[in-house]
Amino acid sequence: MRIPVSLHTPVRHPENSGSFPTDPYVQLVTPDGVRTPDPLYDRWVEDVDGARLQELYIDMAVIRRIDTEATVLQRQGELGLWPPLLGQEAAQIGSGRSLRASDFVFSSYRENGVAYCRGVGMEDLMRVWRGNAAAGWDPYSVNMAPTQVIIGAQALHAAGYAMGITRDGSDDAAISYFGDGATSQGDVNEAMVFAASYAAPVVFFCTNNQWAISEPVTLQAQVPIANRAPGFGIPSIRVDGNDVLAVMAATREALDRARSGNGPTFIEAVTYRMGPHTTADDPTRYRDDAELEQWRAKDPLSRVQALLESLGLFTDEFAATASGRADAAAAELRAACLGMPDPVPADVFAHVYSEPHSWLDRQQEQYSRYLSGFAGEENR
Amino acid sequence: MLREFRLPDLGEGLTESEILNWHVSVGDDVKLNQVIADVETAKAVVELPSPYAGIVARLHEQAGTVVEVGSPIVSFEVAVPAGADTGAPGAGGERVQARREPNLVGYGAVPDATGRPARRRRGPAPAAQGAAPVPASTPDAVRERPRSTPPVRKLARDMGVDLSEVRGSGPGGLVVRADVVRAASPAAGTAAAPAGAPPVVPSPPAQASRENRTPVTGMRKHTAAAMVASAFTAPHATVFLTVDVTPTMELLERLRQQPAFNGLKLSPLTLAAKAVCLGVQRFPSLNSRWDERAGEIVSFNYVNLGIAAATPRGLMVPNIKEAQTLSLHGLAAAVTSLAQTARDGKTRPADLAGGTISISNVGVFGVDTGTPILNPGEAAILALGAVRRQPWEYEGAIALRSVMTLSLSFDHRLVDGEQGAGFLNDVGAVLAEPALALAMA
Repeated sequence: MRIPVSLHTPVRHPENSGSFPTDPYVQLVTPDGVRTPDPLYDRWVEDVDGARLQELYIDMAVIRRIDTEATVLQRQGELGLWPPLLGQEAAQIGSGRSLRASDFVFSSYRENGVAYCRGVGMEDLMRVWRGNAAAGWDPYSVNMAPTQVIIGAQALHAAGYAMGITRDGSDDAAISYFGDGATSQGDVNEAMVFAASYAAPVVFFCTNNQWAISEPVTLQAQVPIANRAPGFGIPSIRVDGNDVLAVMAATREALDRARSGNGPTFIEAVTYRMGPHTTADDPTRYRDDAELEQWRAKDPLSRVQALLESLGLFTDEFAATASGRADAAAAELRAACLGMPDPVPADVFAHVYSEPHSWLDRQQEQYSRYLSGFAGEENR
Repeated sequence: MLREFRLPDLGEGLTESEILNWHVSVGDDVKLNQVIADVETAKAVVELPSPYAGIVARLHEQAGTVVEVGSPIVSFEVAVPAGADTGAPGAGGERVQARREPNLVGYGAVPDATGRPARRRRGPAPAAQGAAPVPASTPDAVRERPRSTPPVRKLARDMGVDLSEVRGSGPGGLVVRADVVRAASPAAGTAAAPAGAPPVVPSPPAQASRENRTPVTGMRKHTAAAMVASAFTAPHATVFLTVDVTPTMELLERLRQQPAFNGLKLSPLTLAAKAVCLGVQRFPSLNSRWDERAGEIVSFNYVNLGIAAATPRGLMVPNIKEAQTLSLHGLAAAVTSLAQTARDGKTRPADLAGGTISISNVGVFGVDTGTPILNPGEAAILALGAVRRQPWEYEGAIALRSVMTLSLSFDHRLVDGEQGAGFLNDVGAVLAEPALALAMA
């Protein structure tokens, strides 16, 4: 079904979507855990029953635990850096679990929860952050591109990949994850121009976590970020990014639009980065504790827990299952991280070119001679 | 078994962190990931989670100390259940040591405790072809070109010399310019440097005539040290002012007619000396000293006025003691004798010590101005440019006037632009209208 789009009016929820960055958005579960009916979006999640909701909760609990463990591993000197996703679990799980295996994900460095949904193994997830490799996994084994650190570059990759999908005649889709800060980058805007021009099957998933490192979103967006997309001819929607059901509904709608040949969609998931930008950042230097507390009340896990409790599904047994799964994931992560073999120096040459390259061979040969100079010092 | 936890790099590229406080003490039973300390880095205060479950055996560092990344901060007594503890980490250093094994290309660098890479020992360059037989155990060495610096390699290329054929005579077999020059000359080509006896300090006769080398001693050495000390401790700033000094020149001419000034050297410097003594009354920060050790500023209530003098031995800056007490006549007499004494090489160390502010009369060398370097320890130095007859605005028309450019360098730790400019304006005002000195005195 194609929603008619005016180039000047964002496709937003007619009831509860405003014009300011702080205005409301599509929400299916309130922070108190009350399921609110929605005539436009209920149909996208009508298959989500209690059991499925439990699974979503476990997913979020697991990636929160993965995130905590990785943060701790960085503090213990086992990872060089880690970008925490605390608070953004619903945005990642709600969207990540809406994808099918043949879709392709182009994410930023913070979508480690999405990577978990794609089936990226713990060791692969940690590899880059431990500094053991430039990329953690084979992108084609999980249909997710390697961690992108260049802000917003992955939006172009997704648009290009989606244009390729059209030429292949497939009904797959590409999804690009980026933050609120990235929307000020040229790459993201160029990607939207191309995606709109070619009606590419791509979903631009903007995780608006309110802070581009130390810059608040209100500094760079005078209107909701979602309002920008219609200017490119791309329908857009703001959702409560801490509401896993709303995120899922919006993502499924966008994916359906892509698969049915109706082009790109822009989703602004309004959430909050509860932790630092990375483990090398100190958010107390630029933001208020009161703001943190405000968002703590909108926690993505506690509202699903409340909803499950109201359905009688958050039993002690279920709670134990969830925390058990989370702890197991943390233990697996720690073991994978610490047991990872260190790379050998020659690895740096391994993935520079896909074909033999004489100049590189020469460099490698010189480097190996340099390293052999240390041989005499081995027992020093 | 005992496990050490070394302070990790908690940010990106940090070298040290301060332990703010410990949450545990020796003997405490600690769980994995339990917070054991608060640590402040240059970037943030973070909680340190324990990497082990076990008993705290030793706190290596006190709270409040700054610890280098890689230093042990706490040790744990950790029980190692057989098989169950697959994920137990070794402390950073230990694990790396244990895993260091030969790989395809040799060995990795040994990481040392401070986190700095071990530096490769630089040995002499391996002998070039035709030298003593190469031991079979160092096949790689044969292929290495003798060491040389990039300019020498360029010289060799320009002169068509193959460096692998050159015996280096520098330290550690380094190929130096002289070796390349020698190798390029046909006579030396076959003779080459005799093996085993390279000259320690090569001084090719060909270059001796093109350069002269003079040992740095005495005055030159002293001046160099003083200039370097001044230029690299006091942040210098310089302001300039060009003034019509015709009234000064006229006054000096009249004074020369006075019997009292007979035999005294009278120049704009004389009046400038007076103007400086007057100016520091209004701007005392120009007559002060930065006492780094005491963390204090020393303001002088007297003026020991240094006068830079070019002598046959070099630059000297003897000073006129208590210059603020002297009349114009007294200053003229003091400048005259001071300059004469310096030129005669009879300046005593006491005359050179204790200066508080200085004047450099670079104008006598025919230049318009300069940016003087402070006499070490002083806050300001005034430079007088040459007096030139120039067309100049005078009473609403263009006239030929005697014009001089003044420049003032000051120690910006002590003096700001406002004071420096104000002082220079005062000095300029006196030189432009000497009668003002009466009003300022």
